[in-house]
Amino acid sequence: MGSTIAVVPEVDEYAERLWAAVADGDETAAVGSVLDGYRAGIDPEALLLDVIGAVQRRVGIEWAGNRLTVAQEHAATSINDRAIAALAHVHRFPEPTRGRITVSCVDGEWHALPARLLAEVLRLRGFRIDYLGAQVPGPHLIAHLHRTGPDAVALSGSIATRLPTAHATITACQAAGIPVMAGGAAFGPDGRYARQFGAQAWAPDARAAADRLAEPLPRPHEAHQPIDDLPHLADQEYTMISRSNRQLVQAMYTGLEDRIPAMRDYTDLQHQHTAEDLAHIVDFLATAVYTGDSSLFTSFILWTAEILEARAVPATALPPSLELLGAELRDFPRATAMLREAGAALASLVAGREVRA
Amino acid sequence: MVDADGVVEAVNDLAADTLPDEQPGAPLSTSWLAAAHVTRPGPVEGPVEGRVGERTFEAQPAPGPDGTTMWWLVDVTALRDAQRALRIEQRRTEFLGQTAQALTASLNVERSMETAAQLATTHLADAAVVVAPQSRNRLPAVFCVHGGEPVHALLAVDPEDLPGLAEAMQGYPPVPSRWIDPAAAPAWLLPEGMTEVGSIMVIPLPGHGVPAGALVLLGRAGRTAFTDDEVVAGLFAARCGAAMSAAWMYAQQASITETLMRDLLPPTLRRVGGVEFAGRYHAAREFDRVGGDFYDVHVVGDPGADQVESLTVLGDVCGKGLTAAVLTGKIRSTLHALLPMAHDHQQMLSLLNGALYDRDNTMFVTLVLVSAVRHGGGVRLRVTCAGHPAPLVVRAGGEVEAVGIDGHLIGVLPEVESTTAEVLLAPGETCLLYTDGITEARGGPLGDTMFDDERLHQALAHCAGMPADALAEHVHMRAAQWVGAGHHDDMALVAITAPPDRAGRIGKG
Repeated sequence: MGSTIAVVPEVDEYAERLWAAVADGDETAAVGSVLDGYRAGIDPEALLLDVIGAVQRRVGIEWAGNRLTVAQEHAATSINDRAIAALAHVHRFPEPTRGRITVSCVDGEWHALPARLLAEVLRLRGFRIDYLGAQVPGPHLIAHLHRTGPDAVALSGSIATRLPTAHATITACQAAGIPVMAGGAAFGPDGRYARQFGAQAWAPDARAAADRLAEPLPRPHEAHQPIDDLPHLADQEYTMISRSNRQLVQAMYTGLEDRIPAMRDYTDLQHQHTAEDLAHIVDFLATAVYTGDSSLFTSFILWTAEILEARAVPATALPPSLELLGAELRDFPRATAMLREAGAALASLVAGREVRA
Repeated sequence: MVDADGVVEAVNDLAADTLPDEQPGAPLSTSWLAAAHVTRPGPVEGPVEGRVGERTFEAQPAPGPDGTTMWWLVDVTALRDAQRALRIEQRRTEFLGQTAQALTASLNVERSMETAAQLATTHLADAAVVVAPQSRNRLPAVFCVHGGEPVHALLAVDPEDLPGLAEAMQGYPPVPSRWIDPAAAPAWLLPEGMTEVGSIMVIPLPGHGVPAGALVLLGRAGRTAFTDDEVVAGLFAARCGAAMSAAWMYAQQASITETLMRDLLPPTLRRVGGVEFAGRYHAAREFDRVGGDFYDVHVVGDPGADQVESLTVLGDVCGKGLTAAVLTGKIRSTLHALLPMAHDHQQMLSLLNGALYDRDNTMFVTLVLVSAVRHGGGVRLRVTCAGHPAPLVVRAGGEVEAVGIDGHLIGVLPEVESTTAEVLLAPGETCLLYTDGITEARGGPLGDTMFDDERLHQALAHCAGMPADALAEHVHMRAAQWVGAGHHDDMALVAITAPPDRAGRIGKG
């Protein structure tokens, strides 16, 4: 990898070709561009991370900008997955000389590609890999760990609302005596939730993860309980919110209908989308209460406002939704404070926009 | 009573009995007391402690008349012995507690051996070797030196080389842990970083009714016996043995389960005869990997032929979990055997119905059969339903159509009937087979609402032109997210897609 700098323009060129093929839904061209890059001598790790990985990041950005639908995002991801498979097919991976690593996604996670890329990069670097992919229920992962006894678990998560599940998984792996490295957007840009949940390591990207795993991770010594990491859970706010999430959505929905008369003329699909948006707000609030980090909720609300703007949907329902949820949760001081903080941030964002307009 | 110059002025009777060497008029002769006396008088006066013969005394100074110091002696021998015993006991308890916690964490044989070897070196020995029962003429062993990492080895040695090892490994005749002559140790026993051994102990590891192996403790040369604590070593060995044997039994069970499960797991689908296939499976219960739904894609006839035909089967048997999965296994094998009749779906279904109806008429199954073959640029399908939801076809323009067919479920009636429809897929079009676990999934943002046919149609309307795998993933995700953390039935999906002629564009919007 000593010549990384010299090949950068070429890598960008292949990333551009792959993007064009992926955006066009052209699987043959997509696989062709990656294999051409391979034949032109581009390092397979760079192909995985700087070509396929770069295109996958762009897919996410395009989706957020409403230039791709969820279905198109799936199609693009599936084509990228084929490109990885094609590369894995032509490249001779080294015989494993290093430790055995289990690569898995947090249960409920649908973005398997980052984990798949990490698995391939680790194989390139000589690790022995068990790639379990997405949709791995906790009990299956633990049974796998007992059966194979790996040196570490690399746990990938991109959806913040799966953090409580991620925490349970990390604790369960450690209780089985296996250290955990966490990675992916869900754990925060600085890996704060990985640290909070007591993971043995965190990595911001696949390269850093592979570098970190070169040194064996320390074995977890004392079995700890999830509550040890998060003493604030003793107030039961998380439990109450997550247990009653559907009633909360129902109450917010009814309240919104009173405040926004236009909602009564919504189509079934619009009703469903509104309810789904409200369910998201409750899920993110529950996760913020779980981690004790109000910025998780505030940044979600601001991000939602931006997504709505990108989709040219007025965000008029957001402030009353927060108020309605606040009224339902008035007896929960931590949740209420988070709702107020997010409401204030949203108000100043809207004020800023009006000034610009 | 001692004066400022360290000369003894008076000794009471008890002190005279205890310290016969101290005579009035002579300098203090008990060295630790004399050393403490030199510092007198100091600002803070604490007791000092020292040995007299076999006993331990605490001496408390008190100011006497004319600058003298009175030293009050208290015999603390019993107290100190008790305290030392308590500390040792506390360390043992802590060690055994740690042992239990560390050993119960893993059900993996190699990991338990590592943990045992490493723990032994923290408390019992300079180095330890854990030997597991022989497998294929080799002895799996883990070596660990104090402060080091455990190292695995597969030893091609005779256990008879080390006195006591063979007996310990066999578990009979019953042998106590025993010290053996270090000179009798074979060279393979020495872990790296240890050249000379001063003491060796071989301890059997009792498992759950079967021998779990042996623990060998090694002490460096020149060191007195590293542990005077054979009782602790015995307790430790009992825990290690139980953990290793539990891990061994778990491994056996897991390996049996895996072998039996292999044929029950849904297959990985790929391209057959120029047609794309993708499947998704989601068992109802979290800890199950299989259930009552199943699918297979078979090649019919000669796989080398110009026109390769495939038969796709997707079905749903009554019941849940492993019992249902075993039934799916039987049905899948029966259908496999009936492949030569794949040209006649009705006959396949009749024969399967006969087999199930005769065997036990409480077992029934609903099925979809799809024969697929390339036809011009697209794919020609023959689709037959037996009491199952009709497959959906996603057209290039995003229209979603149900295939209009119907038929009896299999295994309940003595005779069954069904209709077969022909469907043509243009390049990029998909036929989706699914089980009712998808449409009957209950959940949604407001809770307890069915995912239902309408939402499945809506989801598919966005999937025009998608590759089979992406389409299957998308529908699976929609249904799974609809359910959320709630309960659901087994879910299975198979997408059959005519590959795009150049490469299909993703239908924008």
